[in-house]
Amino acid sequence: MPDARLSGTGLTLAYDQRVVATDLSVAIPDESFTVIIGPNACGKSTLLRALARMLKPKTGVVHLDGSVITSLPSKEVARRLGLLPQSSIVPDGITVADLVARGRYPHQRLMRQWSRADEAAVAEAMRATDVAELADRIVDELSGGQRQRVWLAMALAQETPILLLDEPTTFLDISHQIEVLDLCADLHEAGRTMVAVLHDLNQACRYATHLIVMRAGTIVAEGDPAEIVTPELVREVFDLRCEIIPDPQSGTPLIVPEARRRVSTASA
Amino acid sequence: MNVRLGPYSVRLAPRALLAGVALLLAGCLVAVAAISTGEFTVPVPDIITALFGQGTPVAELIVSKLRAPRVVTGLLVGAAFGMSGAIFQSLTRNPLGSPDFIGFTAGASTGGIIAVVAGGSAMTIAGGALAGCVITAALVYALAFRGGVQGYRLVLVGIGANALLLAVNSYLLTRANINDAATAGAWLTGSLSGRGWDHAIPVAIALAVLVPVCLYVARPMRMIEMGDDAAKAMGIRVEPVRAVAIAAGVLLSGVATAAAGPVIFVALAAPQLARRLTRSPGVTIGASALMGAVLLTGADLAAQRLLAPTQLPVGVLTAAIGGTYLALLLRKDRH
Repeated sequence: MPDARLSGTGLTLAYDQRVVATDLSVAIPDESFTVIIGPNACGKSTLLRALARMLKPKTGVVHLDGSVITSLPSKEVARRLGLLPQSSIVPDGITVADLVARGRYPHQRLMRQWSRADEAAVAEAMRATDVAELADRIVDELSGGQRQRVWLAMALAQETPILLLDEPTTFLDISHQIEVLDLCADLHEAGRTMVAVLHDLNQACRYATHLIVMRAGTIVAEGDPAEIVTPELVREVFDLRCEIIPDPQSGTPLIVPEARRRVSTASA
Repeated sequence: MNVRLGPYSVRLAPRALLAGVALLLAGCLVAVAAISTGEFTVPVPDIITALFGQGTPVAELIVSKLRAPRVVTGLLVGAAFGMSGAIFQSLTRNPLGSPDFIGFTAGASTGGIIAVVAGGSAMTIAGGALAGCVITAALVYALAFRGGVQGYRLVLVGIGANALLLAVNSYLLTRANINDAATAGAWLTGSLSGRGWDHAIPVAIALAVLVPVCLYVARPMRMIEMGDDAAKAMGIRVEPVRAVAIAAGVLLSGVATAAAGPVIFVALAAPQLARRLTRSPGVTIGASALMGAVLLTGADLAAQRLLAPTQLPVGVLTAAIGGTYLALLLRKDRH
């Protein structure tokens, strides 16, 4: 198994009494772009939330850098591991620059609220996400794609070597989805370990260096998408008959669902 | 605007700083006007000499015994209501999350009325109000708790408690004898009339303890406004912060109600007015405290002077002034 700063062992995950997954073990390869995928309610977001210590496992432990994650000071964890939640609330009337600056919280103290390092990290995060020219705009007035870039900038300003993203593309149209994923790929290339929950299998295959495929609370397959994604796997996991061809752009697996009826060649 | 000194640094918004200074000045002006004017005018220079025991006996009596403690009580109580309102509006992410709406002030009233009916002294009434507030808050928190407290649950449970307690309060008033009912009725409007140093000092002590607590939780609370997950991801221990903030907010509104009665509207309006004045994202505790102090003392000054010699209870005026101002601001917001 490759080195993994972040891993979970024997995890049983539940909301109140509703058990979502039992005995899950997972390791996030260092410096990978790991994508977790699976049908709705398979427990993929729950697994991500457990890895990010948002959800306390009923049994099992999450390790970060060899320590049980809950034994580390909360702010210390926040300097190593960032999370972009599925939905966050934009504070009323906040500007882009102020929201991104909030990502520096784990690095600040009561008497050190705005160091030069804070300023530099915020400037760099806004540059990387291309929101610098929006700095003085009110976040509420931005488009969905711009807003998601601002949230990403906030997570980047946190300067964590590991960044978890819970469905970062969900509310975006296709061009903004690609924009956000390209940005994630850039961040991965710059040396970060990225972990994202995604819905679109083709996007997952294109961007992931490590794919975790889940169904009904268990991990069905994991590894390089080119090696593990087969018509049998897709049928088993998504209950979908399909053909898999190389993506003409990237060469990664491209899932083409089987047509239910033969499409008429004569158009009306 | 950044201020750095060695390893220490803070970031200040010029607009918020300016608004803070303006509110401080306004507070001073109102205080001086309230001490100086009235049936017996004390010229401004004489206020200082009277406060230091160097003035004429009449001036000393009026300044040190009558007007100054009333003004100081007003400033402190207003600040306490303002901060309490800011805390709960931030936690519930809702202006209607103010202690006047989620039952805490009503609970304080219940405690106060029971003390009046039991024939209690002013001190007992204050104690009853504080106890009523704390008990109500504990019940609302416990009922809203489900592995943590979500803002909307706190508001819903609180509104229910509020309705119930208002009914209890009416019932208690109808059962009380006419004199007690009149005393309780006057107390229920909220008033600063006749407040002496023995009212001001407990509030001052409470604030001396609670203000540092508020300043300490203010930064993590701002992060919690973005959602629990977002705050946890930044390394904030959400439930402990929330519990401390709720405790501080409850004690602030309890102590304020104990001193001045359930003055409505300050806790609701002060944070919203302050937010629009400072143009800061979300409500801020410091500016809300200043705004609350100015709002309450300003309203009390108006209540004493507008229809003089008729004296109105300040609660009537806070609603009128704060409400009008808030309506104007909201109207402007639409554009």
